[in-house]
Amino acid sequence: MADKNQRQELKKIKKYNLKKYREYNKQMRKKRVPESEYLTKMKNPDNIIEFDNLQSYFYTDVGTVKSVDGVTFDIPRGKTIGVVGESGCGKSVTSLSVMRLLQGPQGQIAGGEIRFNQQSTGRALNLAKVSMKEMEKIRGNEISMIFQEPMTTLNPVFTIGDQLCECISLHNPEMSKKAVEERALETLKMVGIVRDGILKNYPHELSGGMRQRVVIAMALACDPQLVIADEPTTALDVTIQAQILDLLRDLKDKINASIMLITHDLGVVAEMADYVVVMYAGRIVEQGTADDIFHHPAHPYTIGLMKSRPMLNQKVDRLYSIPGNVPNPVNLPEYCYFKNRCDSCVEACSGPYPSLVSLSDTHKVSCHLHQGEAAHKKQTGGKQNA
Amino acid sequence: MRQYIIKRLLICILVLFGVSILLYSIAHMVPGDYVSNITAGNQNITPEMEQRMREAYGLDKGLVEGYFSWLGDALHGDFGTSFVYKQPVVEVIGKYMPATLALAGISMFLELLLAIPLGILAARRQYSVTDYTIVAIAIIGISLPSFFFAAVLKRIFAVGLGILPVSGMVTARVNYTGLALFGDLAKHFILPITVFVITGVGSYLRYVRTNMLEVLSADYVRTARAKGLPERKVIGKHAFRNTLIPIVTLVGGMIPGLFSGAVITESIFALEGLGNVALKAVYAGDIPYLMGFNMFIAALTLIGTLVSDILYAVVDPRVRY
Amino acid sequence: MEDMQTKNQQEQDEFEQNQVILTPGQLVAKRFFRNKLACVGLGIIIVMVLFCAIGPFFSPYGEYEIFYIDNETGKEVRMAEGGVGGSNMGVNVKAPMSSKHWLGTDADGRDVLTRIMYGGRISLTVGIVVVVIELITGVLMGGIAGYYGGAVDMVIMRLVEIFNSIPFIPLMLIIASVMFAAGVLPQYKIYYIMGVMGILYWAGVARLVRGQILSLRELEYMQAAEATGIRTSRKILKHLIPNVMPIIILIATMDMGGVILTESVLSYLGVGIAWPYASWGNMVDVVNQSVILKNYVNIWLPPGICILLTVLAWNFIGDGMRDAFDPRMKR
Repeated sequence: MADKNQRQELKKIKKYNLKKYREYNKQMRKKRVPESEYLTKMKNPDNIIEFDNLQSYFYTDVGTVKSVDGVTFDIPRGKTIGVVGESGCGKSVTSLSVMRLLQGPQGQIAGGEIRFNQQSTGRALNLAKVSMKEMEKIRGNEISMIFQEPMTTLNPVFTIGDQLCECISLHNPEMSKKAVEERALETLKMVGIVRDGILKNYPHELSGGMRQRVVIAMALACDPQLVIADEPTTALDVTIQAQILDLLRDLKDKINASIMLITHDLGVVAEMADYVVVMYAGRIVEQGTADDIFHHPAHPYTIGLMKSRPMLNQKVDRLYSIPGNVPNPVNLPEYCYFKNRCDSCVEACSGPYPSLVSLSDTHKVSCHLHQGEAAHKKQTGGKQNA
Repeated sequence: MRQYIIKRLLICILVLFGVSILLYSIAHMVPGDYVSNITAGNQNITPEMEQRMREAYGLDKGLVEGYFSWLGDALHGDFGTSFVYKQPVVEVIGKYMPATLALAGISMFLELLLAIPLGILAARRQYSVTDYTIVAIAIIGISLPSFFFAAVLKRIFAVGLGILPVSGMVTARVNYTGLALFGDLAKHFILPITVFVITGVGSYLRYVRTNMLEVLSADYVRTARAKGLPERKVIGKHAFRNTLIPIVTLVGGMIPGLFSGAVITESIFALEGLGNVALKAVYAGDIPYLMGFNMFIAALTLIGTLVSDILYAVVDPRVRY
Repeated sequence: MEDMQTKNQQEQDEFEQNQVILTPGQLVAKRFFRNKLACVGLGIIIVMVLFCAIGPFFSPYGEYEIFYIDNETGKEVRMAEGGVGGSNMGVNVKAPMSSKHWLGTDADGRDVLTRIMYGGRISLTVGIVVVVIELITGVLMGGIAGYYGGAVDMVIMRLVEIFNSIPFIPLMLIIASVMFAAGVLPQYKIYYIMGVMGILYWAGVARLVRGQILSLRELEYMQAAEATGIRTSRKILKHLIPNVMPIIILIATMDMGGVILTESVLSYLGVGIAWPYASWGNMVDVVNQSVILKNYVNIWLPPGICILLTVLAWNFIGDGMRDAFDPRMKR
């Protein structure tokens, strides 16, 4: 009997998914999207990207996976934002959503806005709705991305020169072939590759660190406003990691771009980021300046994360580990997703999912422990204002 | 590179030796009175010819000794005399080769022409109706017995509707020349090529599709998209260049299948090609021709593999010999 | 506070206990049965097997029983009934479909439906026997080549190349003509053909198995197994075989259709199963007589459709298997 119910359930999911796939394909096939559909207004003109209640879902055979469910945060111009969380928490999906690179039709942006402050035209675009044609102009040009695996991100059958020049001439069609090549060499120099004949090399002839530099050069070749670095150092060994991070930091100053740094390495974030967003199971649990997060963590999950990293000046027998596992992404519970792993639960935790509350101007947390605190602050703050 | 080619050529020759040993051993299994049985009642065959045939097969010698005398002749291009055509085997092969090459060549070309774009299309639209339709047609094509499919086509288009000829290469008792002859030939080749292509294209199509799916999920395709390349270029340049690598190996492997297909299709449509002759040779016990035919295919197959191996190095920069 | 935590712990435990954990085999089976086409294929095969295995017991006629007809009365007479020698008696050839002969009779006056059943037995048996032979030889040779490598590998792979460079049907033609010359009796021919096909098909299997073993050897867990210093036999049995199994099962199902198809082609060409024995392939070869091709579709269409359905079914099953084993590469 249960089996029959289950089968019916699966059938229902399949039907629902098919509907979603069709909608998606219809949307994708549309050649022209009227400007009114994607033009929007930035909340704050100093931000380069504003995520507003972003929802990115995957419609799988067993149900809808809400990989990103209502994420809201801003990336200010010229700053570095670190997005941290364990594997599968939705940080990569967030970045792929910005680039509109989710593997469709299973993965789609189901709702919310990604507002992009396009400098070249002075418009604000909603990247979730923008036409593919418009998106192609933005990708690699104004927003570029550095991927995790340097071994596989470069096409093995084209030379470095081919791949790098392709990117430059695509976004600068007026440049001559020679100028493009010069520019390519220039960017390679910027990332520290000075080598004769590098343009004629194939990716397999370079080491991992070199390849990652090429990937970074490719991302920087068109002077982007925002660079998304999705775990740029995870696949590299430690000495190369440090080099690449130094490189990224230097470059940020040089080209005055914002960086969205996605990583599960808290050390990297501490070193690089101005602001930090902590994600758990598709939602933001805490966000704030690096100082807020590292010195005054408020959410039990963040506290757990901080406790679980090795400290030089502290002697512990065992590193702390957060008990339990990430909840099943299909059919997430109504209550706080962290409840079953949390060691400081209160009665309210069995209630609805806690909303994001501000602890200070920059520091926000989504936890029942702080719900009252924030309310209290608001009250006192109100009085002071009066 | 040159060293590699030389090495491969040497291996080819080695394999060809193996093929000839295998074939000769099979042919040597015929019973001793075979030649007299075959020649009985055939006035055209003189006792000397009979003797020569015995010698050619080493039927009066042991396996090893016989093989080497056969091989000596074969190296001089002498594969013996065909019983059916009473001509040297090499000449018979030369005479009937054009029809087979035309049939197999055109079919191979059309198969690739269909398999590559359709395979890519199906991969790009994975799980869509287009994809399911293409794959379903491919599987049905693979499962169709070619002789049965040919019969059905003949029944419908030749016998039933009468718009295409039933069999043969040219219309009998009409002497077309020039363009008219070409048109007539083309008309006779439509059904055979259809059978060939429909029953053959499926496996290549699925191969292209599987490889394309793999390439499409590769990181470098995502990189290409992240660069801002239009989808057309992502598929046409970055993905296609990578699927080209397995496709190149595929082409070399197509050759044996083409000849197997030729035997069936040619015999059904009575096309005068190598395959049809081979089938007649079986009924007539014409072992010299069959040996020559098989050696010819084996050599062609090895050359095909060699060429595709070399092409492999051309399309894939990671491969260096 | 303490309460809360114990409650939490309980919930977590319950959650973990309620998680249904499937073994890899169950997962494969589940994925396989979710594929509709694969299920249809399985259904067709089961029906075909039942039809061919049990069908003849229900058919009142024999495989090569010839029917006669009384030209004066139009009454059909069976061979066993006697009295078929009379001048008014003729062979009941190409009889139309009727309640007595559901699919009519063929050019020699034999019941088509009954022959389809017997022919199916041959086709299905050939498929299974050939696949078993090719698997045994192929897995053994491929396994040896992949496991030992070096000179052994070199020799076996050259052998594989030799077999691969002779196309199957032309080679079969030589063998057929040798069999013809040697005067092999029709009833034994089938065994020869099964044996020869099995031996000729091993090369492809060997290459796949070798490739699989080579890549397995490179994997870390194999090296880990090596590092623990277990016996070779145990390593092969416990670590290699289970990982090669999927590809063996795959080859078995995928090749089944191909073998049946090839057997039918050989029979059609007249170098396979020969008169008076029925096989689906040689039942179709009557299309060479243009009268039958044109007017007696009931004689050649049903066996052809049987081949198509059976091969299609095996291909569907093979496809379903591949999906089930490798969820990454759907279809």
